[in-house]
Amino acid sequence: MTHSKPLVFLLLLGVFGLAAFPFAGSEFYTELAVRLMILGIFAMSLDLLIGYTGLVSFGHAAFFGLAGYVLAIITPESAPVSIWFALLACLAASALAALAIGWICVRTSGVYFIMITLAFAQMLYYFFNENTALGSSDGIFIYHKPTVNIGSFQLLDLDNAHTFYYFTLASLVLVYLLLSTFLKAPFGRVIRGIKANEARTMALGFNTRRYKLVSFIISGTLAGFAGFLEATFSGFVSPAHLGWHESGLILMTVILGGIGTLYGPVLGAFAMGLMEDSFQDMTDHWLLLMGVFVIAVVLFLPNGIAGLGARGAKLLSGVFRPSGGGTNPPAAKNKIPGEEP
Amino acid sequence: MRKRVYFFTVRAGLRLPAFRDKRSLAPALLPGPLCSLSSGYFLLPMDFTTFLIQVLNGVQYGFMLFLVASGLTLIFGIMGIINLAHGAFYMIGAYLVYWLMGITDNLFVSITAAIAIMLVIGLAIERFAISFLYHRDHLHQVLLTYGLILIFNEMQKILWGSDFYSVRVPEILSGSVRLTETLVYPHYRLFISFMCMLVAAGMYFVIGRTKLGMIIRAGASNREMTRALGINIGWNFALVFSLGAALAGFAGMIGAPVSSVYPGMGNQILIISFVVIVIGGIGSVKGAFVGAMLIGLADTFGQVLFPEFAAMIVYLLMAFVLMWRPQGLFGKPA
Amino acid sequence: MSNMSDNSRRRFIKGAGALAGLTAVSSFVPVRFAIGATAPVKIGILLPYSGTYAMLGNSITDAMKLRIAQAGDKLGGRAVEYIAIDSEMSVPKAPTNTNKLIKKNNVDFIVGPVHSGIAAAMAKIIGKRKTPIMIVPNAGSNAVTGPLCAPNIFRTSFSNWQPAYPGGELMAKEGHKTAVTISWKYGAGIQMMAAGKEAFEKGGGKVVREILIPFPKVNFQAHLAEIASLKPDAVFSFFSGGGAAKFLKDYAAAGLKDKITLYGPGFLTEGVAKAAGAAAEGIKTTLHYADTLDNAANKAFRAAYKKATGKAANVFAVQGYDTGSLLIQALDAVKGDAGATADLIKAMEVAVIDSPRGSWKMSKAHNPIQDIYVRQVENGEQKLLGVAAKQLEDPAKGCKMV
Repeated sequence: MTHSKPLVFLLLLGVFGLAAFPFAGSEFYTELAVRLMILGIFAMSLDLLIGYTGLVSFGHAAFFGLAGYVLAIITPESAPVSIWFALLACLAASALAALAIGWICVRTSGVYFIMITLAFAQMLYYFFNENTALGSSDGIFIYHKPTVNIGSFQLLDLDNAHTFYYFTLASLVLVYLLLSTFLKAPFGRVIRGIKANEARTMALGFNTRRYKLVSFIISGTLAGFAGFLEATFSGFVSPAHLGWHESGLILMTVILGGIGTLYGPVLGAFAMGLMEDSFQDMTDHWLLLMGVFVIAVVLFLPNGIAGLGARGAKLLSGVFRPSGGGTNPPAAKNKIPGEEP
Repeated sequence: MRKRVYFFTVRAGLRLPAFRDKRSLAPALLPGPLCSLSSGYFLLPMDFTTFLIQVLNGVQYGFMLFLVASGLTLIFGIMGIINLAHGAFYMIGAYLVYWLMGITDNLFVSITAAIAIMLVIGLAIERFAISFLYHRDHLHQVLLTYGLILIFNEMQKILWGSDFYSVRVPEILSGSVRLTETLVYPHYRLFISFMCMLVAAGMYFVIGRTKLGMIIRAGASNREMTRALGINIGWNFALVFSLGAALAGFAGMIGAPVSSVYPGMGNQILIISFVVIVIGGIGSVKGAFVGAMLIGLADTFGQVLFPEFAAMIVYLLMAFVLMWRPQGLFGKPA
Repeated sequence: MSNMSDNSRRRFIKGAGALAGLTAVSSFVPVRFAIGATAPVKIGILLPYSGTYAMLGNSITDAMKLRIAQAGDKLGGRAVEYIAIDSEMSVPKAPTNTNKLIKKNNVDFIVGPVHSGIAAAMAKIIGKRKTPIMIVPNAGSNAVTGPLCAPNIFRTSFSNWQPAYPGGELMAKEGHKTAVTISWKYGAGIQMMAAGKEAFEKGGGKVVREILIPFPKVNFQAHLAEIASLKPDAVFSFFSGGGAAKFLKDYAAAGLKDKITLYGPGFLTEGVAKAAGAAAEGIKTTLHYADTLDNAANKAFRAAYKKATGKAANVFAVQGYDTGSLLIQALDAVKGDAGATADLIKAMEVAVIDSPRGSWKMSKAHNPIQDIYVRQVENGEQKLLGVAAKQLEDPAKGCKMV
């Protein structure tokens, strides 16, 4: 998680862009941006597993949807709940679920890990899908957004669209900072060690299974946080939120954006969302364009869309260091394999 | 052989906590594979005839699953590619047969022609897309095949529209066998099972006796080593991929008269096929066969005996198998 | 990427220039048209064009456009613009798609959906707002005109209760004592089976087993064997689209068709004639439409639909067609001023639709009060046998407008 100067510059630019957006964009695009930021958080949480721990989860939507259901269950039809209570409940539920599921899953690896996470997610999916008290397949409404109060003082009004926008943006930045701190800490080095070579990391005396489990729990909890935001935002959660379609979609988002970068998956979420939006306007057969876009990214951007960012940063580094000599910019870490300078 | 016995005893052990019930003494009286499935035998008024009919249904579903899953496991075992577009191949096969039936009006001719087309499609995809990704991360291949799904689904919509179609059962196979006073079993379903058995036998022969089979076995046990020995070059992969695509397509073709042909039919089969090959052990064709039968029977009996959990049962089964053997039943330990 | 400035819908209608926010392709014609005239009425459509229910989405869309084309492609004197989105049958995507139609495309009406889960998600968003007006051309979820009912939500199709309840009655009336119900485990299936069971047991019958299959699974073999071993007098079933065709074929192939009479809400045999063929012949169902209904509107409609699409009309097309009729009447009443929401709603509430299914009007909960027919499949056609329930109104449990 070393950040080159140009990269930090680009990231800050992105955050400022998002911060300014509600003043320029229409109501629709502001809402779309909220949704994509939430997906960005969701994707980042998965990137911790895929990009840093080397565990590909195909059931990550389980935690996303579970948190939504918890919010729906604790929110009565008559009055809103406090966000502190709601957050605690949602995050605790997804953390516990991640602990239970992860405890079993981290025993496997590779494709088997992919499939066992899918198995557990599908079980949760069917649990909600068959549960008539929770609306079965039609889903369940959340009638009120949680209140953000300290004592009796209202800190934020989440019903206000702009407030919610900045609340989500702040969450996005916070989750990014949180994850990069984790990754800079010794913990981060160990899990990256696991990704690179698990046997060697184990030989160094680390209980790799425990590290993987912790990574899985952090990732699941953050996915739950994203699920909490999504459920709050749309006021609605359905079993399909936990289904393999969602899990697959977020997996694709992370890969498309560029794994192991944290900001890449956020870019991926925005790319997917904006492509879908504009392709839909162009043609009825927009999925065809989506498919071509995805394949084009695979073939021409080996590091995902973040690879473009890295290239941009590389170009920018010329601006920061016009002489080009001296210390090598850390951006080189993101160098695209197989790319000739 | 010893491994097999071990497998069934442990399954019986796994079964106990799940279906602990004083009345289910039946397992002790029935041979291994039927144990876990017949544990509900005395719980519900299911007479022996119905039980056998359900076994027949389960086995037949298992055969269909095997056809799709064997292609998937072949492609993964040898090429290391997680092919999400496999369900799309199944769908294309079904639509091709529907389309060709309109021209030839003969199912057997249509299937033969459709297989040829599937082989070409598989070959083209391998050459023009997948072959560029062999040195890349697996995740890129996943993403690529995901893109292929989107394209195939949309092409289907453009070429054949969004209606659902049916394919006529050929006259010669349109009869049926009487099972009980109320129930008959169509000849065509028996024919499907027969064809699946032929394919399974054919694959058994190819894998056990031919050079291609040797590569497949080697690939399943140690892909890196096989590649290092220079096996991975060009046409072997292309051949395997197009064979895999044709197998999935064939399942769609032969199933078309009973399954109907409709948009999105591939998505449903994709996930369940993955479950099958993971239970069996990825890369192992034998594993795919056993996995397909297990899922076929578990799903069939699950639907009847535990309707509330029916949808969950196959995933429960997979979770149990992976907890017990993280590499699947016939997979080599990592 | 079109990045249009924020604008309210009213301003949008008056200022044709605001159309610049649309993509070049879709805005080209309307802009030209708008010169010297008013901007078009915008109709957002959120229906499935892919997956199991794609046929339903297409039938509805084609028939609605046909009806409006018959009225000169004008609504209240204004041109019409359609903005269609494929719902992909995805409930998680429903809020985004709905918001897109409302806030990005600034539609005056939203026509959709087919799936009841999506209907609930849409109704939640739209019911809270004053505009746009939502017209449900299929999804039968009882809740939409029950607890979720709202002044700006209308339905031109049916509530799940409507066609199912008389089906249960019919089954009892024809002398059956025991029955098995079988359907998909989702809103529509559960609600229809419940209504059918209620009526059947009220008529003296007994439901011996209720089978629900995860939606949209189509592997019926195990359950057919179960039904065969239970030997009930009748089977009551709801499936639709591709699943219905598959169920009918499997039911017949298992030899059950001649032994255990199959009943159900008419969706079971609707639009599947070509795919199910002989397997559907002779099956009796109850629905708010039959192919052979003897009225002028139906004859004209079937001929026109066949000419326009090359396909035989089905109930979904009728629902789409009536949606078109309702739009025409409503906008004629307000002379094309789509912004006069209160007047529009009033016009829709009192509208009498001269429909191919027979004339009908809205209930207080905005659901059709309509005849339910008994039909039987004959030569692939839904032949009228009689009326199962005259001017049947949904009980609209939980609706505050009743």
